[in-house]
Parts: sequence; C-alpha cells; structure tokens
Amino acid sequence: MSAPTHSAHAAPQGFIRKYVFSLDHKVIGIQYYFLGLFSVFIGMALSLLMRFHMVYPEAKVAWFSKLWPTAAAGGMMTPELYLSLMTMHGTIMVFFVLTTVPQSGFGNYFLPIQIGAEDMAFPVLNMMSFWTTFVALVVMVAAFFVEGGAPLAGWTAYPPLSGAGRITGPGEGMGQTLWITSIAIFCGASLMGAINFIATTVDLRCKGMRLMRMPLTCWTWLVTAILALLGFAVLLAAGLLLILDRSVGTSFFIPGGLLISDQIITNHKGGSPLLWQHLFWFFGHPEVYIAILPGMGVTSHLLATFSRKPVFGYKAMVYAILSIGFLGFLVWGHHMFMSGMNPYSAMAFSLLTMCIGVPSAIKTFNWIGTLWGGKIHFDTAMMFSLGFVSLFVTGGISGIFLGQPALDLYFHDTYFVVGHFHMIMGVAAIFGMFAGTFYWFPKMFGKMMNETLGKIHFYGTFIGVYAIFTPMHFVGMAGNPRRYSDFSNIEYLANLMPVHKFMTHAAYFTAAIQILFLINLFWSLWKGKKAPMNPWNSTSLEWTIPSPPPFDNFAGVHPVVNHGPYEFSVPGAAEDYIMQTAPPSQQTTE
Amino acid sequence: MLLAPVVWILTVIIAYFFAAKVWWFPPPINAHGIAYDEQFARTLWVTGIIFVLAQFALGWVIFRYRNDGKRASYSHGNNRLETVWTSATALLFLGLVLAGTKIWASVHFDAPPADAIPIEVLGKQFAWSFRYPGPDGKFGRTDLKLVNDSGGNPFGLDEKDAASKDDIVSASLKIPAGKPIKLIMHSRDVIHNFFVRELRMKQDIVPGMEIPMSFTADTLGTYEVPCSELCGLGHFQMRTTMQVMSPDDFEKWKIEKAQK
Repeated sequence: MSAPTHSAHAAPQGFIRKYVFSLDHKVIGIQYYFLGLFSVFIGMALSLLMRFHMVYPEAKVAWFSKLWPTAAAGGMMTPELYLSLMTMHGTIMVFFVLTTVPQSGFGNYFLPIQIGAEDMAFPVLNMMSFWTTFVALVVMVAAFFVEGGAPLAGWTAYPPLSGAGRITGPGEGMGQTLWITSIAIFCGASLMGAINFIATTVDLRCKGMRLMRMPLTCWTWLVTAILALLGFAVLLAAGLLLILDRSVGTSFFIPGGLLISDQIITNHKGGSPLLWQHLFWFFGHPEVYIAILPGMGVTSHLLATFSRKPVFGYKAMVYAILSIGFLGFLVWGHHMFMSGMNPYSAMAFSLLTMCIGVPSAIKTFNWIGTLWGGKIHFDTAMMFSLGFVSLFVTGGISGIFLGQPALDLYFHDTYFVVGHFHMIMGVAAIFGMFAGTFYWFPKMFGKMMNETLGKIHFYGTFIGVYAIFTPMHFVGMAGNPRRYSDFSNIEYLANLMPVHKFMTHAAYFTAAIQILFLINLFWSLWKGKKAPMNPWNSTSLEWTIPSPPPFDNFAGVHPVVNHGPYEFSVPGAAEDYIMQTAPPSQQTTE
Repeated sequence: MLLAPVVWILTVIIAYFFAAKVWWFPPPINAHGIAYDEQFARTLWVTGIIFVLAQFALGWVIFRYRNDGKRASYSHGNNRLETVWTSATALLFLGLVLAGTKIWASVHFDAPPADAIPIEVLGKQFAWSFRYPGPDGKFGRTDLKLVNDSGGNPFGLDEKDAASKDDIVSASLKIPAGKPIKLIMHSRDVIHNFFVRELRMKQDIVPGMEIPMSFTADTLGTYEVPCSELCGLGHFQMRTTMQVMSPDDFEKWKIEKAQK
C-alpha cells in the first residue's frame, strides 16, 4: 500500500469525530479511563452493599425495596440478591476495571508516545475496540434490570449452576444469559485491542528505540497484550459453548443424570463441568497477570524516576516480565486443586506455581535495589508506587500458602483466598492505577493534581485497604467459607462476626476516602495549576512534547532515541536525568 | 517519609496477630491434620521472615534514601546479586512445595485399607445426605425417578432391591473414631464441596463424577460441615455435622437407625 497514511491522521473536525468516535489513541485512552472510573465506583458500591448485608443480614432498609422490589421486598436483602451483587462486583472489577484501565487506558494513551509513534497501528480497530467494550458494559449492567435480576454464579460462572438455566436459581435465566453475552463481547473487544498493542510495539518504534531501550511500562503492555490475545480467545470459545449449552441444549459442560429443583434433566448428557473450569482458568490465570503486569511496569518506571536512579537490573526485569507471561499460561490448575481433577496434575501445577513466584520475587528485590542509594522524592505518584510494593509483597506471600495443594486442602474457598487476591490483583493493581493517574495526569490534561489532597487520599487508602483485607486472612484461617451471605446460623462463623464488622467499617472508611480522589481529579481538571512539559524531570518520550500533546503527538517530527529509559544521576551530566532523545553522550553506561 | 513508620507499624500489627493466634484453626482430629499444621507452620515461618524483612527493608530505604540534597548513586544493577536472590527464592519456594507433597499424597494417592467403612455422600441444593450399606455390606439400586426428599428418600432407593432395603440414610454424618472411612461423593445438581475444618480436608463434589475421599478421625466430637463451593442462593445454609462416635456407639446408632 503506497497511499500516504497521513490522510487518516489529519486532525478531525467536529465534536463527534473528536471526542466520541475518535481515532486518536489519546482520546480513546481517556475514554477507557473514564469507563473504568465509572465501573470502579459501581463495583465499589456493590461491595459496600455486600459488606453491609454480611454483618446486618436482617436489616431492613427502605431504599433497598425501591431498588429491588422483589429481591429486597420489604427492604431486607435476600441471599440471591447478595450473590448477584457479588457476581457483578467481581465481574465488573475484573473485566471493566482491572483489565481496562491499566492496559487499554494508560497503555493506549502512552504506549505510542513512549515508543515515538504518531498513533496506534490500527486507529479504526482501536476505536471499535473501545466502543465494543462500551457495549459489553451496557449489556452487563442490563443484567440487573431483567426478570430474576443479575446472575448469582460468581464471576467464574461454574456450570451446571450457570449452565442449566433458570431452575438453578433466580438470576440464572436472562441475567446469566446477558452476563455471558457481555463477556463474549468483551472478549472480542480485548482481542482487537491486543492485536493493536502488539502490532504497534513491533512496528511503530521510532529510530533508536530498540526493544531493550523501551521503558518497562511498554514491556508490560506488550506482554499483557500477548496474554490477552491468547487468554481471551479461549474465554470467548468457552463462553460460546456455555451459551450453546444454555440456549440450544448442547452438553459441553452439563453431565447427564441431574435432578434440579425436583425436575429430572433429560436434555443434557455427557458434558463435563471440569472442562469449563479448565477453559475458564486457562484464561483466568493469565487474567490476573493482565491486571497486575501494567501496574508492575508503572511501579518500576516511577520508582526509578522519583528516586532519581536507573532501574536496578533492567534486563532482569524484562526477563522477569517475559517469564511471568510464559509461566502464566502453565499454572491455571492451581485454581482447581479441589475440583476433582486428577490429583497427580496438582503436583505439576504446584511446582510451576512456585516457579512463577520467583520472577515476582525478583521484581520486588529489584524495586528495593532501585530505591537503595536513591534520592527519593515523595510526590503522590511515588507514594502509590511505594504502596504498590508493600501490597504486592503482602498479597504475593499468601500465594505461597495457596500454591501448595497440601495447604489448599483447607484454604481453598475460604476468606484466606479472598484476602490474597484482593491484596494483589485488586488493591495492588489499583495502586498502580492511582500512581499512573498522579504521574500522567499533567501530561493528559495539562494540569497538575493537588498534592495535599493526594497525600491524604494515599494514606487513608493505604491504611484502609490493609484494614479491610488483612483480617480476611485470619477469618480464612478460622475456616470461614467465601460466598456466604449470612454467617449467623453456624456457631463458629457467628463468633467471627466482630472481625467482619471491623472489615465492613474499614470498607466504609476507605470508600469515603475515595471521594477525595474524585474531588482532586475533577477539581484539578477544572482549576489545577498549569502543568509544564516535564514536571517530574522524567526521561521518557512523553515528556518531550507539550502537555497535553498535540493531535499527532510529535507535531510531524520523528523523534530519535539515543539513550536507555532510565538514565538518572549520570556522573558528569549537567542535570540528574538524560532524556531518551538527548544527543548521544559518553557518560551513560547503557 | 511518614510512609516508613506506617509500613513498619502495619507489619508489626500483622505479625502480632499471627504470633498471638487470636483467630486460628480449630485443633486437628486426625494424623493428617497434625501433619497439615506442621506444614502450615513451616510455610508461615518462611513466608513470615520474608514478609517482615521485605517490609522492613522497604521502610528502611524510604527512610534512609529520602531526598536530603545528595545526588543519587548511579547503578544499573548487579548480576551477582540477581543470581543469588533468584536461586535462593527458587530453592526456598520449591523446597516448601516438595515438603508438602507427602501430605497431599497421603490424602490422594494412598488407597484406603480394604476394611474402610464406605459411606455415600450426596450433595444437592441445599442439603446433605449420607448412605451406609446395611448388614449385607452392599449399596442397593437407586433411581432418580424414585427420589423423594420430603418422603425421606433423597437417594431414590429402590425398595424392590433387597440390597437397597437395608441401606441406612442419614442427614448428618456419623462415623466411628479410629476407623478408616471411605466417602464416595456425588452431587445430583450443581457443584458442592465437602469440608471439615478439623480434618483439614476439602473436596469438590461434581455432578457426573464419583469422587472418593478417605480419612480416619480420632477425636470424639461433633464438627461442622459447611458447603464450600458456591451452589446457589441457599449455599450459606447448606450445612450438616460430622459426629465422631466411639465404635460401640456407632454400632448402636446403626442398629437403631436400621430399625426405623
């Protein structure tokens, strides 16, 4: 194709082409960010309702009955309503927040700029990917409003509970159908995004931007895209099979000989519930790395920038990211130690699971190595990165218990697991997003965020999340099962109620603190101090262009890269940082 | 800077609650449970040391290397250090998992002795049922069409079959202490999970599959069996108990139950 591609890149005119159906990766990145922001507050609201119900299962709240006339008739939440809130909390958080913001949001905005490209490789595909995600969100939220309400089978949707239709419970009719449809649409969107990220990184790097000169953020976005490409393809297939089981009576996942709600099921025979679990977790485990890898990239990037030191062991970091990506596809079975699969395979999966702990530990050591001997500036963006390291250690270490099938014999399906994954893929990943927000906001919107509000928000959130999720490990050790809407009818669980009350109040507190973030975000958008081109004295390419950047990023100039991404405090250099695009010099020891 | 003491204090609080065992496992009632607790303690020591060291190191670098006007040192890393901590972590993690394999093996690979008492476990939304073979030692024929939960026939026992007639059906699990037990687990609708904290054992019960689980419980008492796999709106109510009785009491219970 010899036709100039520039015509596609001319700045668009008119509101719709500029802000709604935009082809500009920066606008699309911001669209993803706000889609994620909307979703995270929905997800958080659902979690608060759950935490309320767990500690006051009998409470009657007038507006509950207005919101849910049948599922909360008289104002008292039913167990099925609790389970549907739980299902939707998990689903919205995993898909529309953790998958969306770090990768599609920040990655879309900053991958092309950090590698010196004008846009993503396929701008139209990029726009389609966003709007497909939007449709998926609409379909997902619609599940709340259909007869029977949202599904109650959890974000993992294990059949037969999710596959046999309305008879397994309210929400398992139309609600579950919409849920699977939404997930299938989301898979399509993610596949489009993944192809785009990979092509962009491979093809559009500017002159001098060798792979080993890419910021670690770009490495994590690339590997995340590869994981998404392979993982979502399998989830899409699994989702379609589940839709077929539900709607046309196939039996991929449903065995014969079932008796549900006093009805003998005659139209299913020969399916395997474990097949779904294998397919789901073949996606599901890489998914946790999809959520956390970009956060690791941002953390590495920010720790170097704000401690004014090169990343300790850049190559080791790249190899760690690659091995996490590779091993991430070999460990799905550790979610299935108790599932009834062949117990011999548990041995293999547990050994591989311990192997994946090694690159994660390498990253932690290298983060502390980066800080060691540094000159640390405590801007809010840096605070969240430091918080990320602490949470990553805490959340990672409980994985050493769960990765052993022997110990999982007790911990599986207890709150110990809930505490573990919330610490690491929930809040650690969200700390990565907060760090990215405070760091890149000036570039994205040309305004600075408020540091004082930011610090208060940081400390409140940091202490708050520890207060919510640490006690979950303890009630898990006491044998508290997950996904119980009410603990009052089992004596040993009723005794744990004070701990649950503490966690619920910690959740209220932490949620309230998030209002400060919203105020900071929108107030800074409106009234924030004007941002200079490079407020943090960073080295990567996005800081060589105005804040916010012009439409084609580099205003027609093709940047040339001469340095690695983390040349801070180079002896003999005039400043304590050397931009990647600075002229070649003898001082760096890349 | 303030972050350093915050991280340290949080670390101390968490370490305290683990050391003080404020919320903890109930005591084990079988040999496997004792071995389990040893492996847990081993893992807790290793991870606890890593946890405290890592958090203190993080606090330390935050405190020590705060911006005091001096220039940061210029270093791209240290390959020897990378090698050392990579191999150390790998050895530690793999060592831990290998130390636990015996426990997993004893639960899953060792066949139960021939004289183990077979008990069939049935999970359904949202109740448990247990079936013991009668004096003939055989489980009789069942048929889904004959299932009658309110009529006391959750298994669908076929009265026409002699082997079925003497089967004992119970809503809670009764077992004799010190005798090997072999559970044969079924579900008739969705996935459930059989879990007894004091046994330190858990197993999904999957429709369409027959999953065995064997153990020997030593301590008399009554223990909770909470369903531990999401099975629908009544999941939290799907509970029963496991009563460990003296072998004499168990025989008496069986005779009484058979007469009813």
